[in-house]
Amino acid sequence: MEARVLNRDMPNHIEKGEVLVEVNNLKKYFHIGKGAILKAVDDVSFIIRKGETLGMVGESGCGKTTCGRTVIGMYGATDGEVLFKGQNVHRMNAKQRKDFTKQAQIIFQDPYASLNPRMTVGDIIAEGIDIHGMYSGKERMNRVYELLGMVGLNKEHASRFPHEFSGGQRQRIGIARALAIEPEFIVCDEPISALDVSIQAQIVNLLIKFQRELGLTYLFIAHDLSMVKHISDRVAVMYLGCMVELAESHELYRNPLHPYTRALLSAIPIPDPEVERTRKRIMLEGEVPSPINPAPGCRFRARCPYAKPVCAEQTPPLKEIDKEHFVACHLY
Amino acid sequence: MGKLLEVKNLRVSYHTYAGEVQSVRGVSFELDRGESIAIVGESGCGKTVTSKSIMGLIQTPPGEIKEGSQILFDGRDILKFSKKEWQQYRGAEVSMIFQDPMTSLNPTMKIGNQIAESLIIHRGMNKKQAFEEAVRMLELVNIPNARSRANQYPHQFSGGMRQRAMIAIALACNPKILIADEPTTALDVTIQAQIIELMKDLQKKLGTAIILITHDLGVVADIAQKVIVMYAGQIVERGNADELFYSPRHPYTWSLLKAVPRLDSEKKEDLVSIQGTPPDLIAPPKGCPFASRCKYCMQICKEQAPPVTKISDTHEASCWLHHPLAPRVDEIAVETGGGL
Ligand SMILES: Nc1ncnc2c1ncn2[C@@H]1O[C@H](COP(=O)(O)OP(=O)(O)OP(=O)(O)O)[C@@H](O)[C@H]1O
Ligand SMILES: Nc1ncnc2c1ncn2[C@@H]1O[C@H](COP(=O)(O)OP(=O)(O)OP(=O)(O)O)[C@@H](O)[C@H]1O
Ligand code: SF4
Ligand code: SF4
Ligand SMILES: [Mg+2]
Ligand SMILES: [Mg+2]
Repeated sequence: MEARVLNRDMPNHIEKGEVLVEVNNLKKYFHIGKGAILKAVDDVSFIIRKGETLGMVGESGCGKTTCGRTVIGMYGATDGEVLFKGQNVHRMNAKQRKDFTKQAQIIFQDPYASLNPRMTVGDIIAEGIDIHGMYSGKERMNRVYELLGMVGLNKEHASRFPHEFSGGQRQRIGIARALAIEPEFIVCDEPISALDVSIQAQIVNLLIKFQRELGLTYLFIAHDLSMVKHISDRVAVMYLGCMVELAESHELYRNPLHPYTRALLSAIPIPDPEVERTRKRIMLEGEVPSPINPAPGCRFRARCPYAKPVCAEQTPPLKEIDKEHFVACHLY
Repeated sequence: MGKLLEVKNLRVSYHTYAGEVQSVRGVSFELDRGESIAIVGESGCGKTVTSKSIMGLIQTPPGEIKEGSQILFDGRDILKFSKKEWQQYRGAEVSMIFQDPMTSLNPTMKIGNQIAESLIIHRGMNKKQAFEEAVRMLELVNIPNARSRANQYPHQFSGGMRQRAMIAIALACNPKILIADEPTTALDVTIQAQIIELMKDLQKKLGTAIILITHDLGVVADIAQKVIVMYAGQIVERGNADELFYSPRHPYTWSLLKAVPRLDSEKKEDLVSIQGTPPDLIAPPKGCPFASRCKYCMQICKEQAPPVTKISDTHEASCWLHHPLAPRVDEIAVETGGGL
């Protein structure tokens, strides 16, 4: 229960702003047959303050989507709890749940799979509006057109079906749908990965604008580190189901402490052919470990150039090394 | 020896309830053996439809490859292929990594078997050999615990793992052309770097030609020799990587390069995005498609499509600014482009 260390530290963070989401020792395991357990999220704790963007980055398969979906109550938790405004999202009755979906939304990573192929785009976007009885008739359609415009699509697109759209257009339909009911909290799971840079910029600007004007709170999952840095107040780095570093975003990029974070930052591609031809990345050596029945100790150790004997024995707890800078590594 | 692939005046439309969507409007380019081309451009500009056409995957109806379009593979017109020729071509000669892995993987079939399937068809392996090779391919794309992962279904994979499974399927038969449609969007940078190394390696060892579709200009800078910039179903600029990055000549390319956030930028300042939306392809404008959003737009731009201007042997741009009577653009290009 080492992660409790973080919880004890929490009171002094809360002073800095109202906490909207509190995640305590969250675990999400999948049973994948033959007695094997896949620990997708393993004892993760963090808070998100009202009006804040918490970025979440990490290698593919490290549990970001699973974490986001468990936080929003789409997946039940194996252990631990998620509190939204102090209320446990996994213990809600039907009325509370409906209330919660009005306040919290998710933008899915896989846009196509999450759009009903038999509904027009207009009806998909208005689904939440209809469920919560927010607008009807002409007002409803105007709201849909407004949302389409916000994400860089046309009015004419409202009557078409999801399969008639390109990858990036589908992703934006998902964004418009999440924004439609004016939620307070949005889990953005790779919301811009399929978009070209100009539209990425447009969407990110839009998210920032809503945040400034309406005080929206985001959990922003992405692997594009420069975009994450741009939008996030704080950034959490995940590795194989665990949180290995958490810091204010400038601090994380200026002063990455965890060996994994350092490797991650060194691999960012740069849009300049000259630089790309000559630079060398820190390539991670060693086999990528698996979250299936993981061994005890630090999960990064097989690939870590600084591993020591203790790393194989004890899981390093997430400790506050510097003000608001947490890291889980035996080097510190 | 002729070109490996020639796309000539490709025009593709979709007939929908709302009207005819002109997704691709006269695209031409060539690909040599072992060469890599990147196609970049705004979401919805026709990149995927172009590559699906090369794969012969446009469903008709609702799709239609317009009269006069030609796609030559090794000098043979693929649009006239027989069923048997298609089978040989797709998978063994040309293969594609799809943008949307969940919709192109079979949800009811184990990942390992999906990779093995094409090895059995195209490389004549038996079931056991093919499965072993599938596991090896999964290892190659960095899926840990490949052997047990091969026995899982797509929904049990994370987004990035599905994308890598797609890559393994596409690479399995050592194709002559690999079309990679946003192959690394769901991947974090470390794995992205490995996948790109893998593609480069393939290119070096086997002479695979690559068509890379991506919005990640960093990836383009890393891998592509030639770059094509598309907008609203047309090519607006093309050139080699240095020309495109250091002396771009089209206003759309300028804004594309300016929209990349820089790691050293101030926090949460607004990124430069292009105002407005691209034109609806049901009724594309008769003049320059970028006119409604271009800050250099002149009267002529709205009336007449800009001609192609040759800037060097390899560099072309379609913009009225290059007309002798237009204001000088060199300054603008320097101010907004190359400085990145
Ligand atoms: N099946 C279809 N029916 C109708 N329209 C379609 C269909 N498929 C694509 N389109 C339209 O054709 C245009 C080009 O789509 P395409 O998928 O090629 O875009 P793209 O350049 O790949 O974009 P992205 O970067 O978002 O993936 C889009 O405007 C899209 O709406
Ligand atoms: N429904 C499921 N059944 C079994 N395993 C699952 C399921 N969903 C996810 N997993 C596993 O949980 C782990 C974490 O997956 P998750 O989708 O959360 O990763 P991610 O960090 O979002 O990755 P990516 O960046 O690739 O999207 C992976 O090993 C994945 O295979
Ligand atoms: S705990 Fe040990 S193995 Fe893990 S990152 Fe730190 S030094 Fe490396
Ligand atoms: S032709 Fe005119 S509108 Fe089009 S890009 Fe050039 S200057 Fe802009
Ligand atoms: Mg994910
Ligand atoms: Mg596409």
